[in-house]
Amino acid sequence: MRLTAEDEAILAGRRGEPARHALERQLAVGAFFGAERMVPVASAHLTGDPESMGEAGLAYVEDLARRGARFVVPTTTNARNVDFECYRELGQPEAVAAAERRLRDLVVGMGAVPLDSCINYQAGCTPRFGEHLAWGDTGTVIFANAVAGARSNFEGGPASYWAALTGRVPAYGMHLPERRRGTHLVEVREQPRCVSDWGALGVLVGRRLTHYWLVPVFTGLTVEPSADALKHLGATLASYGSLAMFHVVGVTPEARTVEEAFGGAAPRERIVVEPGDLERTYRSFTPERSEVDVVVFGTPHLSLFELRELAERLRGRRVHPRTRLFLTTNAQVRALAQRAGYAEVIEAAGGRILAGPCYYIMTPRLLAELHGFRTIVTDSAKLANIIPASGYTPVFRPTAECVEAAVRGRLEW
Amino acid sequence: MSRLGPPVVLTGHPGVGEVAEGEALVSTDGFSARYDLDRTTGRISRASHPLFGRSIAGKVLICPVAKGGFATSWALHDLRARGLAPAALIFGWANPVMVQGAVLAGLPLMDQLVPDPVAAVATGDWVRVDPKAGRVEVWRRSPAAT
Repeated sequence: MRLTAEDEAILAGRRGEPARHALERQLAVGAFFGAERMVPVASAHLTGDPESMGEAGLAYVEDLARRGARFVVPTTTNARNVDFECYRELGQPEAVAAAERRLRDLVVGMGAVPLDSCINYQAGCTPRFGEHLAWGDTGTVIFANAVAGARSNFEGGPASYWAALTGRVPAYGMHLPERRRGTHLVEVREQPRCVSDWGALGVLVGRRLTHYWLVPVFTGLTVEPSADALKHLGATLASYGSLAMFHVVGVTPEARTVEEAFGGAAPRERIVVEPGDLERTYRSFTPERSEVDVVVFGTPHLSLFELRELAERLRGRRVHPRTRLFLTTNAQVRALAQRAGYAEVIEAAGGRILAGPCYYIMTPRLLAELHGFRTIVTDSAKLANIIPASGYTPVFRPTAECVEAAVRGRLEW
Repeated sequence: MSRLGPPVVLTGHPGVGEVAEGEALVSTDGFSARYDLDRTTGRISRASHPLFGRSIAGKVLICPVAKGGFATSWALHDLRARGLAPAALIFGWANPVMVQGAVLAGLPLMDQLVPDPVAAVATGDWVRVDPKAGRVEVWRRSPAAT
């Protein structure tokens, strides 16, 4: 790899031991993927919560802090295991909140902004076309790459710390134009009608394209996708397929035409989404029984517009006594929802708005044991993909049907 | 474990980590260190996974694709701290989070080997990985050894 004078200074330890340690590991990753140089990044988004890091991961961050680690680029934090204001009423243990406080204090001490959100791109960290980023959460990465035309690989937990400490990443994968080009053509012959339909589309494609180096190119879409629609499409492709990039012809910035999206090359394969396929995707999640234990919105975190829509749907209604309703977002969106009156409507209906956590890292197995949760209904295809690992049976349905399930306490089929 | 006779040799680009060896555990499905694994026991915990119930501790895990998000990159480090880490990881296609996790944990990882390890290696074979040399050697499990 070709190193700059600054790279060499970091490696020689002149920017501190943590930065040297970090760059050494980044160079190992870069060499594996054939990177020829390091590239400066505009920001880093840290991914790591005590539950997924384990005690060993927390000790690792503590050790970096002890050695004087400082983040050298704007650095933000991802979703957490708890909402510090609400964890007690949910029955989450003090130890989990204590570990989160310990981690928060460590990273804030190193210079991070405690954003606590998996939608940093909708919360003050707008990605810019062509800029290099070191973002960790897979949903944030695919949004930055596809929708904004920024450039980031999945910089997982430790790698996001390394990038924040050195201000650079190895230039491979999504940092290179040739890796961002389309590989598969997706012809959509059924138009999505709501945000979760875009998630269903992501499920269809993400189940077929299952590794990091594949890039779907969507054609045939005539409806204009909102930012929230693209958020759900991206997060679902990343979750089901481990994908970091997609193009929507005529919508995303590197796909003004099909030819541009493929960089002049021919698609390796064509996938056709036929009328009825979206409905069949929802139906592929079959409930064990019709009683609903918990309804969850907010994977990825809800935007203000999504919260407003949910408030409108819940106005004057009441969540069924046997069912719990959780909405997860970040502190900014919740504060605005409180100011605008949406939060009052949702809470009057029996919904709980949580700021900071995301359900699948919110000690879900423990909540299941504590509250007897088994059947979970959600409009998030991503949540439906990952929550079975915590002992739940997921039912993925459009937003309106999820609201009905919360109010009736049962699924209508 | 028998290492008689010449090994089958797989080659590829340099991987990460140091020389290691162990018994092969081969999966036809991908692997996520978060969604497929119980990190407290080192066993595959997703019921629909072909290796369900098997422990990856000390094994050379061989899978077609690496899956998972950021948590996978912490999970290998956590597994190592618990003494449950695999000896090495071999993928058809690795992804960044798995490689970052292997580097953090100090575990050997290789990908894109020829011939395809998922087809060329069987569970129970003895495998020696040399990541820097881009070389993997495989000794067939003798039928009597099981």
